[in-house]
Amino acid sequence: MIPALLRRLGQTLLVLFGVSVLVFAVFFATPGADPTARIAGRNASPQIMEKVRREYGFDRALPVQYATMMKKLFITRDLASYADRGELVVPQIEQAAPVTACLVCGAAFIWVSASIIMGTLAAAFRDTWVDRTLMLAGLVGISIPVFWLGQVTNLITQSRYHDTWLFSWVPGLGYVPFSEDPGGWFRALVIPWVVLAVMFIGIYSRVLRADLVALAGEDFMRTARAKGLSPTRVMLRHGLRTALVTFVSLFGLDFAQLVGGGALLTEVVFGLPGVGRLTYRALTNLDLPVIMATVMYSAIFVVVANAVVDMVYLLLDPRVRDAR
Amino acid sequence: MPADRMPLLDVRDLCVSVPGNGGMIPLVENVSFCVNEAEIVGLVGESGSGKSVTAMALMGLIDSPGVQVRGSARFRGQELVGMPAKALRTLRGRDIAMIFQDPMTAFTPVYTIGWQIDEQIRAHERLTRRAARARTVQLLAEMGVPDPARTAQRYPHQLSGGLRQRAMIAMALSCRPTLLIADEPTTALDVTVQAQILDLLRGLRHSHGSSVLLITHDMGVVAQTCSRTLVLYSGRMAESGPTTTLFARPAHPYTAALLDSIPPLYGSRPHRLPAIAGVPPTPRERPAGCAFGPRCAYVHATCLPAPPALAPIGAGQLAACVLPAEGTPLPPRTIAQGMQP
Repeated sequence: MIPALLRRLGQTLLVLFGVSVLVFAVFFATPGADPTARIAGRNASPQIMEKVRREYGFDRALPVQYATMMKKLFITRDLASYADRGELVVPQIEQAAPVTACLVCGAAFIWVSASIIMGTLAAAFRDTWVDRTLMLAGLVGISIPVFWLGQVTNLITQSRYHDTWLFSWVPGLGYVPFSEDPGGWFRALVIPWVVLAVMFIGIYSRVLRADLVALAGEDFMRTARAKGLSPTRVMLRHGLRTALVTFVSLFGLDFAQLVGGGALLTEVVFGLPGVGRLTYRALTNLDLPVIMATVMYSAIFVVVANAVVDMVYLLLDPRVRDAR
Repeated sequence: MPADRMPLLDVRDLCVSVPGNGGMIPLVENVSFCVNEAEIVGLVGESGSGKSVTAMALMGLIDSPGVQVRGSARFRGQELVGMPAKALRTLRGRDIAMIFQDPMTAFTPVYTIGWQIDEQIRAHERLTRRAARARTVQLLAEMGVPDPARTAQRYPHQLSGGLRQRAMIAMALSCRPTLLIADEPTTALDVTVQAQILDLLRGLRHSHGSSVLLITHDMGVVAQTCSRTLVLYSGRMAESGPTTTLFARPAHPYTAALLDSIPPLYGSRPHRLPAIAGVPPTPRERPAGCAFGPRCAYVHATCLPAPPALAPIGAGQLAACVLPAEGTPLPPRTIAQGMQP
């Protein structure tokens, strides 16, 4: 157990190092990204430019600058933004993280339940109208871009039909912390949840259906039927349970990249101050410290999620357990 | 067969066909046989001869779309063909159980062996988890599984092929079925394990009173286990009869050719075993006449227009061949050693 943990920790550090070096190098190789000019402001005199360059350490060698930035980010935690002078980066992330986590967890709950129900029903009623309708709906869900869907729901719920009984409960764009008002929190998030989940419902239900249909031809499914079990039990206890192994590995990675900032479009469209929107703003400002911090945050999540997926794998599949 | 004793399973003119090429493709045509109480009947044929399809049709396990099963299969007088799915389900696993060819893939990989046997017991009988497990362990012990209580807690991939097949048989027997359909139960196993499993199947007649329908392509296995044998060729019956008679005096050239392809135990061994030239026709290319015609050494004009009808040869033997009726039966075979009735 301890060696496995250490190995995982080593891997994490290696991934973080690689990703941060890449972000750093790409930033300084980008034309027009020179942070001195941005910080000093437009039409700054050469003296001011020189002063800023010295103050921020841009005159030093890149490896030194890199090391300083990492130290400020991880050890002293006082890395400041280039765009808003004096604004510390780490607290910004700490504020944004719960918003993203709430958004993604809610959406994940919706998409996992919906896709399991849809995929299983479609497989159970294979080649009937039920199957075709559900899979067509899934395909539509995959094809709709999330930002478009978000804008359209905003248009409907915020302006066009906001005054009707149907959507009068919808609050304005933005986030309400759970600790302040649980009801408001739910009302603010429920539409973003659904919008974010739609594409994943499409993907996951189609993947699950394909898995279940492939499993239906397996010998053990025939054995289960020969035992005299009911079709429902064969489908759920034998088919779905076995198909969950693939499902979980897919889920772990999608979940991690969303929590790490992949829900950017949804957050921007619904004005949710999460990690994705923070990244989006930092990218438009070319604000290296914030970009660096959000990318690191995201990388940590992906690595951690990988570890969690591996653990769940062990729980779900005895064959993997023994291969260790 | 005496008239007063009803056979356990009485199959009459069973036909299975699937849609294709704008019509129905017959996989199995007019197969008839019966299995008596505590009897082992062999169903022999090459791959694709329809032996597994026959068994699956009896169990109602064919689920390809549009499949058509006709004819009659009476199990203790109950008609299986066309029986409502729910009624068939209660019969399946409880009265008729099945063992499959490949024990490697026949268990669900994510559950323990014991869990899966318990599941079958509890699907048919109202038993507590504990009572079901007790019976599972006892069954595993009866099947010669060492340390049954611990084996029950192991996952399928942790067991060897032989142990898995024993577990499979234990599962099939868990509700004391009167009929066991064994679909090539030894094909995936090595020879020593194969002999043990066959011993086990033979013993079931006495220990559990079960009849066995043994599906195999191996004439050697048939000789060791079955009292009566049915030879299928390309979905049709070629020959049926008591195993001893069939082995001593095969009436159908296909049966004779199958027997010739077993290496003799005694006497001089041939340099090369004779093989049957060619391949069996696929269901959609089956000829109008005798399906074995294209590969038969004795084929002549009378074989070609229509498939020869099954005709009694004597002593319970039936053959779908024109030779005996034409007065030119095949010569009896001399090698028939090492056989048990």
